[in-house]
Amino acid sequence: MGRYLGRRLLELIPVFFGVLLVVFIITRLTPGDPAVVMLGEKATPEAVARLREVLGLNETLPVQFLRYLGRTVQGDLGRSIQSNERVLVELIARFPATIELTFAAMLIASGVGILTGVIAAARQNSWFDGVSMITALFGFSMPIFWLGIMLILLFASYLGWFPISGRLDYTIDLARQTNLYFVDALLARNWAAAANVLRHLVLPAVTLSTVPLAIIARMTRSSLLEVLRQDYVRTARAKGLTEGGVIARHALRNAFIPVITVIGLNVGSLLGGAILTETIFAWPGIGRLVVDAIFARDYPLVQGAVLVIALLFVLVNLLVDLSYAYLDPRIRYG
Amino acid sequence: MRYRFRILVPVLLLTAALLIAPVNLQGAAMARTSWDAKACGATGGTLVFAQADDAVSLDPNDIEDGFSVNIDSNMFDTLVRFRADGTQVEPSLAESWSVSADGKTWTFKLRAGVKFHDGTPFNAEAVKFTYDRQINNKHPYFPGAAPYASFSYQNVTKVDAVDAQTVRFNLSAPFAPFLTNMAMFSTAIVSPTAVKKYGKDFFKNPVGTGPFRFVEWVKKDHVTMAANQDYWAGRPCVDRLIARAIPDNTVRLLEMERGTVHVIDQVNPPDYERIRKNKDLVLFTGPGLNTGYIALNVEKSPFNDVRIRRAVNYAVNKAALIRAFYAGVGAPAKNPIPPTIWSYNDAVPAYEYSVEKAKQLLAEAGYPNGFSTELWWPNRARPYLTQPPKIAEALQAQLAAAGIRARLVTFEWGTYLEKIRNAEHPMAIIGWIGDNGDPDNFLYVLLDKDNAEKGKANNYAFYKSEALHSLLIKAQQVGEQSQRAALYRQAQVIIHNDAPWVPLVHAARVAAYRKAVQNYFPHPLEIRWLHRVWLAR
Repeated sequence: MGRYLGRRLLELIPVFFGVLLVVFIITRLTPGDPAVVMLGEKATPEAVARLREVLGLNETLPVQFLRYLGRTVQGDLGRSIQSNERVLVELIARFPATIELTFAAMLIASGVGILTGVIAAARQNSWFDGVSMITALFGFSMPIFWLGIMLILLFASYLGWFPISGRLDYTIDLARQTNLYFVDALLARNWAAAANVLRHLVLPAVTLSTVPLAIIARMTRSSLLEVLRQDYVRTARAKGLTEGGVIARHALRNAFIPVITVIGLNVGSLLGGAILTETIFAWPGIGRLVVDAIFARDYPLVQGAVLVIALLFVLVNLLVDLSYAYLDPRIRYG
Repeated sequence: MRYRFRILVPVLLLTAALLIAPVNLQGAAMARTSWDAKACGATGGTLVFAQADDAVSLDPNDIEDGFSVNIDSNMFDTLVRFRADGTQVEPSLAESWSVSADGKTWTFKLRAGVKFHDGTPFNAEAVKFTYDRQINNKHPYFPGAAPYASFSYQNVTKVDAVDAQTVRFNLSAPFAPFLTNMAMFSTAIVSPTAVKKYGKDFFKNPVGTGPFRFVEWVKKDHVTMAANQDYWAGRPCVDRLIARAIPDNTVRLLEMERGTVHVIDQVNPPDYERIRKNKDLVLFTGPGLNTGYIALNVEKSPFNDVRIRRAVNYAVNKAALIRAFYAGVGAPAKNPIPPTIWSYNDAVPAYEYSVEKAKQLLAEAGYPNGFSTELWWPNRARPYLTQPPKIAEALQAQLAAAGIRARLVTFEWGTYLEKIRNAEHPMAIIGWIGDNGDPDNFLYVLLDKDNAEKGKANNYAFYKSEALHSLLIKAQQVGEQSQRAALYRQAQVIIHNDAPWVPLVHAARVAAYRKAVQNYFPHPLEIRWLHRVWLAR
């Protein structure tokens, strides 16, 4: 196990260099000069020339890459071209918003999705099975943008149960230590703030959860149905266990492997940001950061963000792989 | 009688003293400025305004986007400032100024006793420091890009701090728009102490002399500012000012309907009616300081023929575009400058919408069956171009009716600008938002031959007219506004005749706010100065 873990972590190094190189090349291949984009319609030739010099864009590409590589290895991701902020600071400020939202959305998606899937499988071909699976299909195909606006209109604007947008009311003072607002509120024992954070989380999390929820529910159902047809389950039933007992004690664990894989992949991709949800709910997450940075040709920021997202994705997948061994004793990493 | 005199004499003396004492003259001067005329009906409360995006930077010397300008302008002052109701300038940090006979030296007398939010006294050194850090990219406190420096300090060669209250700008050549440039956000005076203290992090620790001081910035979420109680022109009406970033237009409006936001920018045209019907809300529409146009590349055939360019002008139905895509609140354009700018020449006739005339001109030019070309459009909504793909399609259909078969071509914004700067387009939709309300900012920048060099051009028509050039240069050098206006009026006639553009529209400026918001006038420059705004209970 230890050796396996070590090997997997070592594999991060080529991934790291690969991502650095690929992102560097792609950003440079994309047409559009950051100096021109930044200065917009108003650019004067002198301003463009001066900005290119300041940004080091007049160097040859290999020199730019080596400089970038050298700095990155030392943990310096550079400064954002647009805001002049250190890329690392920018990422540290924005990632927690995404992590909080991802976590909340996946909590809803996994909880509701697995429960729905299990009931649908246990009562295959019942009305519940039919309705839930058709609903899941809807959830999967619903445009997020439309759903988000509808939720806001109904639950925030019309009924007034939830705030419309943002992460926290400006009237509430909260010391931001981790930038995970819920954690910050708990650390400060500020229960009013914690409640306010949760209320802000509900609508965007529900919006973001619909697609993974649908996938998880359908995956749980089909995987569980497959397991329920296996011999050892028939044996368990023959021993006189109730259907509930069979599912809970024998079938579920084995059925979880593909479900965990799906959850892992979804967590990984949600950590890359959810641009539509973030835009509708004015959520200051990493998705908007990356998209804005790409449009602004903010090379250092794009590079830094993609690097961190890629590393997180690999780490989440590693966790998924490790969970296989826990779920299925036949899987051993040596 | 005697008794009466005993009172009258001191009263008269006191009155005389009040009239001649310099401190009171200053007071009188202050009361004359257009901003101070707007009194606070009540003080206190928190004013929240929401816009589509957050500031990029809180350093006014290092920004170019409107979102940053709206926020930074509430924390910083400039030497002179735009009047509350227009684009003429009046005193601000400078109480008075004079220009030398040759037009090359401008001397400003600075207001005494003004302090930055960190306590640093405001003086001529601070003005010089603000200039030096922007103009020299080797300066230890160069702000990163200073995107506007070469524009706003055009022709300035050196700034001298003559004494604490006197600063002198030396210009290489007389430049009439200089004074208006000194009212632009990019020349806002920063606290040298704070810049030196925070270095590269000044952009998130802004210190100015403005009506609000900086409190907190949660990126892409909000900026909080608090009233500067010691503001030299009197404290702002509200205690706190919060600028929120809410990207979605509908969501921003919903927040305002709920009362969690007081003032918003950028409303979807279909929502205008919804706001008008809401008794708690106000919809403001006024003429905008922008022009959307099609640049006809005069270097490319057949647009090198003036008859073809005029034919394109006749083929476009501007009124239909405005009805369909600007909710009817824009104005059709016939000149490059909008009617809100002085020197607008209303005597210039518009090319009326006439497919017949267009066809006739095409036939005269040797294209009786029309011709095929490309119409380029930018894939990014701008104030002057609300719905780019739809407007482009409508123009394509209008041109086709006259026999001009245009294929639509687009690129992502940054690439688009680069390509049209390189003259790769035959026809390109683009526009301009005024920076300082000076005609030079449109006519010279967008149509002079000086700005038609490939790769660097702002003159996307690549139109080079000697006659126009001599008028525009002369207008930069004469001091009198009436003389300048006459020159610019002539310039507009030349441009009309040569038709390097199809001027399309001057989009309206639109803002919406809650009824409780008092004293709010959405400024023609579309900058949100909010210090004289107060909240009715």
